This record gives sequence, structure tokens and C-alpha cells, in this order.
Amino acid sequence: MWASINELKERIHADSSEEIVAEYLERIGSSRLNAFITVDGDGAISRAREIDSENSDGALAGIPIAIKDNISTKGLFTTCASHILKGYVPPYDAHVIERLKEAGAVIIGKTNMDEFAMGTSTETSFYGAAKNPWNTDRVPGGSSGGSAAAVAGGEVPLSLGSDTGGSVRCPASFCGVVGLKPTYGVISRYGLISYANSLEQIGPLATSVRDLATLFDVVAGHDPRDSTSVDRKSTYYSALKNDVKGLKIGVPAEYFGEGTDEAVEKSVWDAIHTLEDLGAAHTPVNMPHTKYALSAYYIIAMSEASSNLARFDGMRYGLRTGDTNWHTTFSQVRAAGFGEEVKRRILLGTYALSAGYHDRYYLKALKVRTLIKRDFERAFNDVDVLVAPTMPYPAFRPGEKIDDPLSLYLSDVDTVPINLAGVPSISVPCGFSGGLPIGMQVIGKHFDEATILRTAYTFEENTDYHTKRPEGL
Amino acid sequence: MITKEDLEHIAWLSRLELSDNDKEKYSPKLNTILDYFGELDEVDTEDVEPTYHVLPLSNVFREDEVGGTTITLTQDEALSNAPKKQDGFFKAPGMM
Repeated sequence: MWASINELKERIHADSSEEIVAEYLERIGSSRLNAFITVDGDGAISRAREIDSENSDGALAGIPIAIKDNISTKGLFTTCASHILKGYVPPYDAHVIERLKEAGAVIIGKTNMDEFAMGTSTETSFYGAAKNPWNTDRVPGGSSGGSAAAVAGGEVPLSLGSDTGGSVRCPASFCGVVGLKPTYGVISRYGLISYANSLEQIGPLATSVRDLATLFDVVAGHDPRDSTSVDRKSTYYSALKNDVKGLKIGVPAEYFGEGTDEAVEKSVWDAIHTLEDLGAAHTPVNMPHTKYALSAYYIIAMSEASSNLARFDGMRYGLRTGDTNWHTTFSQVRAAGFGEEVKRRILLGTYALSAGYHDRYYLKALKVRTLIKRDFERAFNDVDVLVAPTMPYPAFRPGEKIDDPLSLYLSDVDTVPINLAGVPSISVPCGFSGGLPIGMQVIGKHFDEATILRTAYTFEENTDYHTKRPEGL
Repeated sequence: MITKEDLEHIAWLSRLELSDNDKEKYSPKLNTILDYFGELDEVDTEDVEPTYHVLPLSNVFREDEVGGTTITLTQDEALSNAPKKQDGFFKAPGMM
């Protein structure tokens, strides 16, 4: 069930997309992972039939894909895993969905996530926690936990997630798949339901860099409806070469800090040495403001969230409780509709933006963001890519951190600096510890996805971590 | 330090009704997180400009007309998710 795009295309050619889609639907139907919130079985089968009859030659013709449930899909429930959007059916498609449909992809369903993408474990979903396919007593990571678990569990070959502070890379790392957070602006956010709009990007997940690049080529590109969308032409698949000769790798010690699991540290260093054996060279780099990234990230993300989530008031869509007066009704709708973590972030974000605290928290965080961005600029004067752990440890147990929000936030220590700086980063499998996958991130300069994809691809071509599959599902 | 009064104020600004039980539950955790954020005080940001956006973006303009790249929902589409509607309008709760 873990077929590549090329293998699936051969099967579609020999059999049909309908048969393949039906097989994946059957697997999803018998799954224990709770990776999906909505499965569009009828829609997917009828789309597959259309593709079969058209004999389409689109880049993803007949290939099933799963979409994180914060990306708008016309006519298909989009809930952000929140009670407040229960029953919401978008009247339009996100830009990435338009692109996927043009390429012939078959949208099979909407994946589970932390409510409004606020989390690191997919435990805050209104629709119940998702599980890690490698060990169902571990979290799949978050917030795009359903998208990663579905790919790792062989329930779909490709998926889209969104990454605001690590939400594609963290679950990719925990579930042993490949996940990319592109440079800010490379994929249109049109139709992505905003959490923290200056930080987030939609990102692809797959079982290999090759498949990820194919999907990335389809969904990347300029869209005038997102004013932060960048007009640059690139093809990413063509960047995949098994060659890192002369590549300069920077290794920031700050990403191997206190709390980093020994097995993670060893696996990432082994990976660096593998790349060196293939002709790359590593050098230490200093990124002195890394330790402040977590606070700066959370202040900015919460502040933006408090503004972005103001739209959920029960007037135009979603939950509505009994009407009293204007303000009380909205306060009651929001109290009933949002979960605890979402409320916490709205409250703290409102505090950080409020009169008297704006300069101390929000403005200060934005200034620290400048210093973090400069750390990256300085590092990239000397090196081509940075290599670091994606997560400080392998997947933890459900319930282990959820009652202590700060300890959960601290899990994001290696992923949030990337979003603050807006640079691209890909997480690839690089080892195992206690039967759980370990991921490393390859971080690049703004718009230099080509180099991180080539590095990740070369690593993959010379190792077999990405070919391992969970058993007993 | 977020006091009970602060919490009530920000809950009001956020339009989030909190029960007394909620207030008890939220206060300590909010303060733990806020204490942690206090570490930013030690960073010297004198003469550092804030970064609102990572890329040098300028405003994007378009013609003020319907069609083209603008989404145009029909009235029915725009109202299709409204929990309460009347005569082609969203129905809001009363002001008073």
C-alpha cells in the first residue's frame, strides 16, 4: 500500500484509478489511526472514474491525495478539527486544490489535525486524537498529524499539511515520512484558513523526496489572490540529483541543545557523515538567538491567532448557540465552539496585543524575529544548507505533555526559528530509536528549495530509512 | 502576571465567555507561559527594526471590479453556511 507515484501510474495504466482509489478507501475504512476527519468515498470514486475515462496525462492523474482539514475544499466539509466549524462546507476551493484538480489528483478526504493547527501532537482535535502508525501508543506529531499518519500508514500516497511552526515537519519526523515547509510565499495561502498568517505555509508530505517534489511542482506557484504569494517560476523535480559534491553543510550547535535525545543527536550526526562520505563538508555555525525563537514565535503566533480567529462568531458559518444580545451571543458561541488550547492562545495573543503590553510582548517579539532572521542570513553567507534535528526526541505518548502547555511548546524548539525567518526546510527520515522514526531537517536559503531537495534526495538515494514501513496496522 | 481582573478584561476583548471554573483553570497556566516569555527582556533590541513580514512585500492592487481573479460568490453561496438567515441576509443577534 506504500506505492510511489510512478508505481501507481503504471497500475492506473494497467488497471484503473478507480481500483486504486477503492483499495485506499478500504484501508482507510479499516484503520485505527483516526487520520481522517472526512472521507469522501463517493466523490473520490466518481472523480477516479472521470480520470479513467478521460485518459488524463496530468502530473497526478488518478493519484489519491489527502488534504489537511484547514484547507478549503469546495463542497467538502472543512472543520479545522474544531467544533466551531462543524458542518462548514466551503463554497470555493483553495488555490492548491484548484491546482491538484487540474493535475488530475483524486481528493480522498480531509485529515485530522490539532484544532486550528495549534498543537504538536494532534491531540486537541474535536474529532479525537490521531495515532502514530509506528506505535499506536504514540502521538503522530502535529499539527498535521493526520496527513503524516495517513501517508506513513499506507492510507494515501500523498498529502498536504500546513506548517506554521513545524506542523508539517514535526509529524513527518514522528511518522517517518518526508515533509516540506517551503519558503514563505511559494505556495498560495488562498483558501488556507489562517492561524498565524505571517508564519504559515502549506506543505507537501510523501514517502519519498521524489514524490514530494512531484506534488510540490503541482501546488507551488503564483496566485494573485494571496498578496504574499511570490511570482517566481521554478521546477523542483528537475532539481533532484544524486550529488552533494562540494556542498557546504552548516551545523548549528544550538539545535542540539539540552533536552535533545541522544539517539536523535547520533542519527543526525550519522546523516551528516553520510553526506560527507558523498562529497559534502560540514562546518559549525553559530545562531546565537535560537534560544529566544520559541518565545518570539509563540507571542507572534498567538497575537496573529487572536486577530485571525475573531471571524468565528456564528454569524456567517459554523456553530451558533441561542441568541441573547450581540456581544453575549458571540462570547457564548466562541466559548462553546473553541477548545482549551485555542482559547489559551486567543487569550494570550489578545493580552500581548493589548494596550500597555503591546510593546513589551508583540513588538519585542518582532524585533527578536529580526535578530533570528539575521542569524540565518549570517550562517548562509558561509554554507549552502543547515542540517539539524527536526524534533528533539521521537514521538511521545498521548497525554504525556498535553496538560502542561509549556512543555508541549518546548517540543517546537528546532522548528519554529525556520518559520520566523521564512526559509524553507525539509524533514527526512534518518534513523530509528525504540522502533520510532527520527527525522532531520535540511534548511535552505530563501527560495533555494532546489538545494535542500537535492540534499534530501541524495541522502535518500544512499540510505534506506525512507523505505521502512510500520507493521501490524 | 495576569490577575483575575486582567483575565476578565482580555476574555471580554476576545469575546470568550469564561466560567469561574475556567478562570481558575486558565490563570496559572497562562502565567507560567507568560513568565517564560519574559526571557525576551534580556535580549538587546535597541535600534533593531521589527520584522512583520519576512519578504519585502508591497501592497498588491487590482481594479475595483467584480470578476477576473476576484472571487464572486452568489448570494445563495455566501449564505449557504449561515446558521441563521432571513430575506437573503445574515441574521445577527439583537444589539441590546
